[in-house]
Amino acid sequence: MIPLAELIIVAVILLNLAMAASGELAACIRLAAAQGVIAALLPLLAGRGAPSGTIVFCGAVILLKGGIFPWLLTRARVKANVRKEVEPVIGYPASIILCLGAFAASSWLGARLPLPETASVAWIVPASLSTIFTGFLLLTTRTKAITQVLGYLVIENGIYIFGLALFVEQPLMVEMAILLDVFVAVFVMGITIFHISREFDHIDTTELSQLGDWYPNPVKSAAAEAAGAGQRGSYDGGGQSGGKK
Amino acid sequence: MIGLLMLVPLLSGLSAFLIRDDGKRRVLLLTAAAAHLALTVYALAARPGIVPGDWFALDPLGLLFLGVTSVLFFGASVYAVKYLSLEKRDPGEDSEEGFIFNNAPEAVFTGCLLLFLSAMTAVTASRHLGILWAAVEATTLLSAPLIYFHRHKRSLEATWKYLLICSVGIAMALMGNLFLGAAGLRSGADLDLESLLAKALSLDRAWLKAAFLFLFVGYGTKMGLAPFHTWLPDAHSESPAVVSALLSGALLNCAFLGILRVAQVCAAAGLSAFTGEILIFFGILSLMTAAFFILAQKDYKRMLAYSSIEHMGILSLGVGLGGGAVYGALLNAVSHSLTKAGLFFVSGLVLAAYKTKQISEVKGLVRRVPRTAVLWLTGFFLITGTPPSGIFLGKFMILKAAVSGGHYAAAASYLFFLAVVFAGMGRIFLEMTLGEAAVLSEAEKPFKASRQMLIPAACFFAGVIFLGLYMPAWLNDLITGAKDLIGGAV
Repeated sequence: MIPLAELIIVAVILLNLAMAASGELAACIRLAAAQGVIAALLPLLAGRGAPSGTIVFCGAVILLKGGIFPWLLTRARVKANVRKEVEPVIGYPASIILCLGAFAASSWLGARLPLPETASVAWIVPASLSTIFTGFLLLTTRTKAITQVLGYLVIENGIYIFGLALFVEQPLMVEMAILLDVFVAVFVMGITIFHISREFDHIDTTELSQLGDWYPNPVKSAAAEAAGAGQRGSYDGGGQSGGKK
Repeated sequence: MIGLLMLVPLLSGLSAFLIRDDGKRRVLLLTAAAAHLALTVYALAARPGIVPGDWFALDPLGLLFLGVTSVLFFGASVYAVKYLSLEKRDPGEDSEEGFIFNNAPEAVFTGCLLLFLSAMTAVTASRHLGILWAAVEATTLLSAPLIYFHRHKRSLEATWKYLLICSVGIAMALMGNLFLGAAGLRSGADLDLESLLAKALSLDRAWLKAAFLFLFVGYGTKMGLAPFHTWLPDAHSESPAVVSALLSGALLNCAFLGILRVAQVCAAAGLSAFTGEILIFFGILSLMTAAFFILAQKDYKRMLAYSSIEHMGILSLGVGLGGGAVYGALLNAVSHSLTKAGLFFVSGLVLAAYKTKQISEVKGLVRRVPRTAVLWLTGFFLITGTPPSGIFLGKFMILKAAVSGGHYAAAASYLFFLAVVFAGMGRIFLEMTLGEAAVLSEAEKPFKASRQMLIPAACFFAGVIFLGLYMPAWLNDLITGAKDLIGGAV
């Protein structure tokens, strides 16, 4: 249809691969932001003109995804003082292969869910689904709280690609409400990351594993009580050994 | 009218952040809750009609869930006022591990509590699926600070899991909404419930099925259906009793409403056989998961959380079976909310008296805190469906519909898992209630629950027993109306 829109789709898919391969946290934040901004241009180029409401909305999305989110995440990264690496639980080659596999599967699914001709930019469904999958990949195989938020944002990018290329005519209020929610979600997650880094001295979520059905909470110990009285809030160690200092 | 219902908690919630004086803020909480309840009762009596195209309106289904939410919230606010004043006097020592922690500021807690009510009201009243989605996501974000009221590492872990798992789940529901939009693209239906229902037959069926799957996974995560339930036991066990009660009694219902709305569209499109199978399968799976984890449970608040998963499974099963089972499921939803909220209130009192959530360390409730013990046991009998109670009626109707509809395998496994849950919970409740209580030293004064914290639970339990004996005509009308909406007439 419109070559520029299809160029964007290609860029989005390439950015997915780049994120799967990238080992540096700061780079990952930038890549996700770039993907968000590029995707935000999609409705303007989808070939149905650009009513003023759409322009305002796209502007808000670009500001949010290209400006505010990366700023919030970078701030959380600096404050939490985390190391640079992403520390995945599976290797980068495996991540890339999974990402490519997901793209193949998405293409197959996209062929089975045809969109009405009037609305389609080619490859929109596969691009959207594979972006969502990349988000899940980041969410599940990267251990830091920030990368998990990043995964959530990439999933959101995928949904957005599908949504806005199709439904420019949805009421603006609804889109704004959805956008506001995503904004507050990232904001609240940012605050929680800050609390996690203060409480545990790191933001590695594999250590957030005290709750569960098989490991009963450690018993009350007088030593911990005495130690805890001295240092409100800052509690040493995480995980199951928590209460037994 | 509906505007007021949302605005009252919204405005009072915002002003709660600004009020410095604890006493005044607590009065505000009670007043707002009472005003919300009064408005809800008025809405129940007036039954406002639905103007097509409006984003907010109350149909019987919405009214039913709004009523439950409002009643629960009022009970919770009565309990919360006393709870907060106790927390103020005696903050800080973790009852499990004995370290010292701070509480979140009370203004933030109260404010979020009221905003949470506003968001839930919006969920029950929305007629536009996009707005419904935004409201459900708002409930997640507003309740996260409530779970993190006690600022320590366990509640933080629970909050993080809750935030992330539910946000991602809800993102799936957003995708489902977009698929629903794609399904209606050819026939020109947007995400307004009225237009979807009117054009249901001309929706694209492949997209509609995909939409249902995504919405089911999304809202199912929030509702706590297995296997998407992993956040639920953690969040319910680590948050204060009031919050657990609201999460379990009101919030899970709201998520369920999201599934019911899309089931409504699918039923109108003639896809109820497809949706029914999915609902039945995940219903039974949730029952099984809950039964398994209740048997091996060591923590009594987690046990209550798994019992919520069990009941969500029952709701899903009931709606999946269709016909009379839908009535049973809705009756069960109402009764479960009241009973479970009451039980969580009581669990807070047990925790205050024994300073532990470990089942093995709680003995002799009857001796040490007799009034709490009576409520605790009553709650057990009600929640497991002992007659007379609304839960018994609901469970029985679902069983009857399953057998008469020829779903023998579902009926058999349903009965089996209910029996397992009864046995598992029976052991836990009896062990806690009976037995010798440890002798307290002179220094440790036994915790005595105040009336204000006992009465909400007692009233809820009385209401559920009452529902088992006599069904008021207006409630019957309401549930029947709601049932017909979901396609219970099949």
